[in-house]
Amino acid sequence: MTVGLFIPCYVNQFYPNAAKATLELLQKLGVDVVYPTKQTCCGQPMANSGFEHLSQGCNDLFIENFSSFDYIVGPSASCVLHIKDHLHSDKAAVKASEIRSKIYELVEFLTDVLKVEKLDASFPHKVGLHHSCHGLRGLYLSQMSELNAAPFSKPKQLLNMVKGLEQISLDRQDECCGFGGTFCVSEEAVSVKMGKDRITDHSKNGAEYITSSDLSCLMHLEGILHRNKSKVKIVHIAEILNSSL
Amino acid sequence: MKGTLNKDHAELAEAFIKDEERVDWHDGALWFIRAKRDLASKKISEWETLREAASQIKTNVLSNLHQYLLQFEENLKKNGIIVHWADNAEEHNEIVYSILKAKEITQMVKSKSMLTEECHLNEYLEERGIEVVNSDLGEYIQQIDNEPPSHIVLPCIHKRKEEIGELFHEHLGTEKGLSDPTLLARVARKHLRNIFLTRRAALTGVNFAVAETGEYVVCTNEGNADMGAHLSEVQIASMGLEKIIPQKKHLAVFLRLLARSATGQPITIYSSHYKKPRKGQEMHLILVDAGRTRQLAREDFRGSLKCIKCGSCMNTCPVYRKSGGLSYHNTISGPIGAILAPNLDMRKHADLPYASTLCGSCSNVCPVKINIHEQLYKWRQVIVKEGYAANTKALSMKAMAWTLSSPGSFTTAGKAGRWVMHNIPFVMNNKLNPWYKQRDMPEGPKESFSQWYVKNEVDNKKNNSK
Amino acid sequence: MTTREIILEAVLKNQPAATALPDVSEFKGDRTNIVQTYIDVFKTIGGAAYLVDDLVEVRNLLHENFDFTKRIVTTLPNLTDIAELVTAENDPHSFEDVEVAIIKAHFSVAENGAVWLTDELMGQRIIPFICQHLAVIIRAEDIVPTLHEAYEIIGTGDYGFGGFIGGPSKTADIEQALVLGAHGPLSMTVYMLKQ
Repeated sequence: MTVGLFIPCYVNQFYPNAAKATLELLQKLGVDVVYPTKQTCCGQPMANSGFEHLSQGCNDLFIENFSSFDYIVGPSASCVLHIKDHLHSDKAAVKASEIRSKIYELVEFLTDVLKVEKLDASFPHKVGLHHSCHGLRGLYLSQMSELNAAPFSKPKQLLNMVKGLEQISLDRQDECCGFGGTFCVSEEAVSVKMGKDRITDHSKNGAEYITSSDLSCLMHLEGILHRNKSKVKIVHIAEILNSSL
Repeated sequence: MKGTLNKDHAELAEAFIKDEERVDWHDGALWFIRAKRDLASKKISEWETLREAASQIKTNVLSNLHQYLLQFEENLKKNGIIVHWADNAEEHNEIVYSILKAKEITQMVKSKSMLTEECHLNEYLEERGIEVVNSDLGEYIQQIDNEPPSHIVLPCIHKRKEEIGELFHEHLGTEKGLSDPTLLARVARKHLRNIFLTRRAALTGVNFAVAETGEYVVCTNEGNADMGAHLSEVQIASMGLEKIIPQKKHLAVFLRLLARSATGQPITIYSSHYKKPRKGQEMHLILVDAGRTRQLAREDFRGSLKCIKCGSCMNTCPVYRKSGGLSYHNTISGPIGAILAPNLDMRKHADLPYASTLCGSCSNVCPVKINIHEQLYKWRQVIVKEGYAANTKALSMKAMAWTLSSPGSFTTAGKAGRWVMHNIPFVMNNKLNPWYKQRDMPEGPKESFSQWYVKNEVDNKKNNSK
Repeated sequence: MTTREIILEAVLKNQPAATALPDVSEFKGDRTNIVQTYIDVFKTIGGAAYLVDDLVEVRNLLHENFDFTKRIVTTLPNLTDIAELVTAENDPHSFEDVEVAIIKAHFSVAENGAVWLTDELMGQRIIPFICQHLAVIIRAEDIVPTLHEAYEIIGTGDYGFGGFIGGPSKTADIEQALVLGAHGPLSMTVYMLKQ
């Protein structure tokens, strides 16, 4: 099986280590990974602002870059979800539909497709898991706290395989961090307040690291952490799962 | 009237958030209610099935509304209730006024009705010499403070007890500094009891209107709707068209969901079924459109009319909890307000669908499974198409679309962005950049992932072929 | 065109294609420990509940629980020796000074601690709301697990007014502090007759 590696635009530019960790982790697990170098973006920032009609250029480019792979894997729940829900093309409808069914976020690819049962990873720290809303309620990576339904969590399942890692429990399991795309600047006060509250929850419960499937959430939290000179650090889940002694 | 004239949600929210201690308190109070809702919902193993049934019943109602309205009207008349129809707020208010005028009534007591709040009924009547007293304690407090309710179930959830004490001192003559909730409630009890006993007219809202039997149900914890109604000569009920439910037995589904979703209680203290007037009493019911048929026509948004006004979406919404209901400048606030309001006035409320991160928690708690977060996304597309998006947004979006659809310009933009951040950070790190107000910018790494990959592609190929 | 015609026409034009009603007959409750469940739920709501042998025991408890120097009314003809009988003829305003109202209810609902009663059991509709304290006498065996069974009994209903009453009136509008006794009764006591 071949996997096309989908690296979101901002991960590519600002968090290349998470992208490298994703690539290495997949390779370690025996996957044949290719990174199409001409990829750019999934088009989500425009669509979420009401400009879905402007994202056709991004859609076409995505289809061109990724239609030839068995699977497409990306270390970003929100970008993967966006493609899953919104990738359309009048000229390549079949290809678009195929892509929507074979694109996976990294965590769910590991649990559902590769069915990973153990990892050679070690991360001896207290870690708080931040459920990105797109990952949680969009991709259903874990059970949602609002529902009366059986608990499960794909990211927790993987983190359980990491030596030395202690998962802390939060007061509010899955409250949104407040990034929300352009929301983070158009409603700056609310966005930051939401981020601060998440950080307070993690740090009062002892987190040394906050991890997630979404670097957009983590970038927003990191901005606040740095501004407040906090000792708490962010780390993308790929980097934890790929880490070793 | 204290108002929010011309300010959008972001501005009003920012003002609310400045008092961080208050925001934390407001946020904590509402989260606590969300938590109570969770506990109550988990006690019913069939909770999710109930939600699905309620959703299907309401969907059926919307698809059959014409027939149900006719059936409801016929049964109301059989029960001796006088039926009125109002196309808009003005007409509704006129009808209430004419009912009161016919009996020479100049004072009315009112229990909770968001519809009458939407119609600005109280102001209309006051202008015509009719005094209206809101009898729900929270709404009474908001009324004496000349402020609209901030939450549809908990009207003054944003007020501290000291502020309420101050209002009571001013309007009811209580001791200055008295803020004990029980003592304040007792004073209100006495004052409002006298109102109930002396008012000849009472107006209530409608939680559920049963087409099959021509009766309607009013749910309260305080008993204020009943105190007003059973002492009145004239009882008026105002309802939106969408409050209909088809059959009596469906009340079981909705009453099991309503209070648990709203406050975590298994049922409101009073679920009163009004069917026929008391001997010597006149009962009226006003069916109101006020934009509902327009929303009914909207394929993507008609689901918002399933709403049973429980408020659980507000309690779970982190944006609502941290910005307060009054920052939504609409009678119905929060997530449900944001998908109802643009239908009423798209220009005024164009900002509301953007007052959200689309986290989806609201849709999960909604007892009738309205896909609120999806409707918020869809409203954004409509608002942009209709031309109500801020101009600056439109231009920057077009620029973004151009950059992101071309690999060449994307790479250049990315390189340029990172170079700027690395070498001349003050360009980004300044007060004009809203991100930077309270957050540091991410560090610009020396090379992007693509650059690293291309450089190391030969090594990667070697690894893959192992 | 009248407003009525305008609205009905708009509804007919705008309503979507018909969808089916779901089958709600599957929803049922469980009668295990049903009386104890009711009592437990009712107590958490702030009500007082007693499981009693007979009306004699009720009378004793009434005297223990309430101040009989104040005005006490009842709708039960066999309690008129200790309380005033409510008739439908009285002006509802005349009950303004009632301290305790002793009434019956049709049945109770275990899942939410509520009792169901209609105007025929209230004497006057205002009675259960205007009194300072509400006392309800009910047969323990007249009990259902959930609202689904409740509405099977209620049916389309031949009353002018009916209601579920689930405890003393309450409000939490002032800083979410629970206050019992908003505008309705300050307390509610249920006496369940074992018969």
